[in-house]
Amino acid sequence: MPKIQTVHKAALLNDHLREEIDDWLRRYPEDQRQSAVLGALRAVQHEHGYLSTEMMDAVAEYIGMPEIAVYEVASFYSMFELKPVGRHTIAVCTNISCMLRGSDKIVEHIENKLGIKTGESTPDGKFYIKREEECLAACCGAPMMQVDHVYYEHLTPERVDEILDGLE
Amino acid sequence: MSQDLVNIEINGIPLQARKGAMLIEVADEAGIKIPRFCYHKKLSVAANCRMCLVEVEKAPKPLPACATPVMDGMKAFTQSPKALAAQKGTMEFLLINHPLDCPICDQGGECELQDVAMGYGEDVSRYSEAKRVVKDKDIGPLIATEMTRCIHCTRCVRFGEEIAGIRELGATGRGEFMQIGTYIEKSVSSEMSGNVIDLCPVGALTAKPSRYTARPWELVQHATVAPHDSIGSNLFLHTREGRVMRAVPRDNESVNETWISDRDRFSYTGLYADDRLTTPMVKDNGKWVATDWETALARTVEGLKGTAASEIGALLSPHATLEELYLAQKLLRGLGVSAIDHRLRQVDFAHGNADPAFPYLGLPIADLENVNAALLVASNVRKEQPIAAHRLRKAGLKGASLMAINTRDYGFAFPVMAQCITDPHGMVGVLAGVAGAALEAAGAKAPASLAKIIDAAEIDEAARAMAEQLKAGEQAVVLLGSQAFAHPRFSLLRALAAVVAEHTGATLGYLPEAANSAGAWLAGAVPHRGPAGERLGSPGLDAQAMLDKPRQAYVLLGVEPDLDCADGVRAREAIEGANFVVSLNAFASEATRNLADVLLPIATFAETSGTFVNAEGRWQSFQGVTRPLGEARPAWKVLRVLGNMAGLNGFEHVSSENVRDELKGLFGADLAFDTGVPLEGAAFETATVPTGLQRAGGVAIYALDSLVRRARPLQETADGRQAGAYISEAQARALDLLNTDRVLVRQNGRTATLDLVIDDGVAMGCVWIPAGMPETAALGAAFGPVELQKL
Repeated sequence: MPKIQTVHKAALLNDHLREEIDDWLRRYPEDQRQSAVLGALRAVQHEHGYLSTEMMDAVAEYIGMPEIAVYEVASFYSMFELKPVGRHTIAVCTNISCMLRGSDKIVEHIENKLGIKTGESTPDGKFYIKREEECLAACCGAPMMQVDHVYYEHLTPERVDEILDGLE
Repeated sequence: MSQDLVNIEINGIPLQARKGAMLIEVADEAGIKIPRFCYHKKLSVAANCRMCLVEVEKAPKPLPACATPVMDGMKAFTQSPKALAAQKGTMEFLLINHPLDCPICDQGGECELQDVAMGYGEDVSRYSEAKRVVKDKDIGPLIATEMTRCIHCTRCVRFGEEIAGIRELGATGRGEFMQIGTYIEKSVSSEMSGNVIDLCPVGALTAKPSRYTARPWELVQHATVAPHDSIGSNLFLHTREGRVMRAVPRDNESVNETWISDRDRFSYTGLYADDRLTTPMVKDNGKWVATDWETALARTVEGLKGTAASEIGALLSPHATLEELYLAQKLLRGLGVSAIDHRLRQVDFAHGNADPAFPYLGLPIADLENVNAALLVASNVRKEQPIAAHRLRKAGLKGASLMAINTRDYGFAFPVMAQCITDPHGMVGVLAGVAGAALEAAGAKAPASLAKIIDAAEIDEAARAMAEQLKAGEQAVVLLGSQAFAHPRFSLLRALAAVVAEHTGATLGYLPEAANSAGAWLAGAVPHRGPAGERLGSPGLDAQAMLDKPRQAYVLLGVEPDLDCADGVRAREAIEGANFVVSLNAFASEATRNLADVLLPIATFAETSGTFVNAEGRWQSFQGVTRPLGEARPAWKVLRVLGNMAGLNGFEHVSSENVRDELKGLFGADLAFDTGVPLEGAAFETATVPTGLQRAGGVAIYALDSLVRRARPLQETADGRQAGAYISEAQARALDLLNTDRVLVRQNGRTATLDLVIDDGVAMGCVWIPAGMPETAALGAAFGPVELQKL
């Protein structure tokens, strides 16, 4: 096979992702296409579970910004995953209010229950415990956690079991 | 007082400053030192290092001088207790994560952080926690990284975005985990990348080729001029014990500002190549014998005098100095030789009467950034003259319409408004179309000599748009690039470009390929012009003709015919058949050894004094920075002695300045900086449309001359390894080549095996093959019909 110099990296984006990114692009002035990068990356992560370099390059080409600029955005925000992770993302808030209300115990309980540490995914690829995602601004319901973008408040170990066991 | 000026006071010194200027600029101009890391006069303001905090009256907190615009009546204090406390505080934070490895750091001794820490740092750190450690990146053969030392000033990031035009470095992660790098494993590809080494205020980015070879305080700095492109960037060479250790830019706002290309920065690594010639040599019975200068020079004079002058051909390098070229032609013409030429890569020498006095850029280099429109014809300006590309990029960012007619979309780092990518033959048609459109808009008739060609050309929308942009631009320029000179119909391209320029009100200009292309013309290193542009009654053979009709003897000055000539194979064959060949060169490659009978070792640009004339006609003289290696001698001295030994008059020069001034004295008061192309005389004929695949391509940037070809770090970059046959995907499909990685290229009965590279930027009908590289030299000329065969 010959060496390919011109690669159309954006080809990796399917129609649905293109539609989604186009929708974001429409919201910003035409000469400010890079504004859509957050929305675009969110859409990609939603579909692929994480942001591979190839997909970030695809977004860069599609939006028309330098690849490194996309890496910068993706690596800045903790909500973006740059490596493959479990299907369900568990993020327990451990900031001050939650900590005072026993979030450490909740984390410990989840770690024991799933047999992994924070920052790891279960071998079956079902769960991923996020290392840090705070403060999630739900102090009145402390301790709390976010599972796949859904807030669960006033946690107890039993309540955690119930939530996690209920997931597919 | 002008409305645009305000009165301010810094440290009690009353100053006038331009409205909107930043405090740090005003202080710098007044010689008031404010410490800084992220601020750089040529880059945007980031204000992220906080080192330049100063006290400003009425401001509640210290303000960063780099991001504080001056206001009328402003009083700033750079050394007040409040300012100093802020600066010291910043310094302490910056040093928290910085390693204490100054003793093994290349930057040590010329480090901004070290200097500022001496002034503002404490002796003992209060910080006892763990320091941040960052894994090093491999970003290519030119730049060494030690990212633990990085203080996140982002100068290198801003350089990529704002100057180089390709953003390759970035700041990924955040907070404590922020890192400067490429994120993925990747070599930086910018042809100006080395400038980040100078920009980096610490030892995070240093020069890889000179790493661990010298400490800054051991180096002696010498001013000189870069010997490669026709810009003539100003350089400092740093030597230690007479050996050149590295090259850095020397500020010159009118030429290279504060930047240099990687070629100018790292080509010094070729100075001490293994095949450097250090002693005169003569071939005795087919065997090389080292000898003394006297014997070698006597043999040279004997060889030249023993050949009829009309049977001698001289190929002179456009990278030789003005003095060398002048003395060479003086010597040769004194002996009656008329076949003298430096246009080694040119093949079309028709309409020599229309040649300008020298290939002038048409305007000062600095003015390139003020053009409103520019049309590049057959030019990869980004790689061939990086500084010119940088100036054009500035114009482009200000809204200039930059356009190009090329055989390949080179991926310019500036916004390209319109571009025609077509095969070499098609380029003529496209340019004729633009000329037709220009004439149409001006309501003028095509000059008789070009009428046939312009009338036959199709004037499409693109051609009209290009002509329109050139016409609309208050300052517009049509630039013939280095590849135009090598084009088989150069004279026609030039005539058409002149028509376009004339009828759009644009300036015609040239971007010649070599450091002294302009100087070579002025020195008389062409067969039809003497020194100072004197028109000669009976022109000699040009560079092509003296190889087509092989001579009995050849003089080679700084030329490696197999790689420097348009058709290296034919050049070799012609020179091989000669009875006597003398090569004045700093190097003696295997090929040169096979061709020559006498090898005269001459000094490189670093070892001789001399002058280069750049494309804007600027004479830049320089001194040798170190003694020539071994027995090598500056070529002007060698040529002077040859003149004496040949019994010629007028070779009494005692310095290169003597030689230069003698030449200068030959110029009348009005050296025409004129690029007009007189079109009287013979008409231009339409060429037959070639069938089949056409070869296109320019000289690979790191194959330009014998010095850069020996610069190993540059050869290891992607640009240095670009040998290959480049075609578009559609072309590959049409030729059924999509499943092979090597192809046999056939050109003019010769073959070479090359990597096949798919690049959709290459025009259909074209195979783009870089010239001047050992891998492609066997094929011959840079243009012509080729065939590809699957391997």
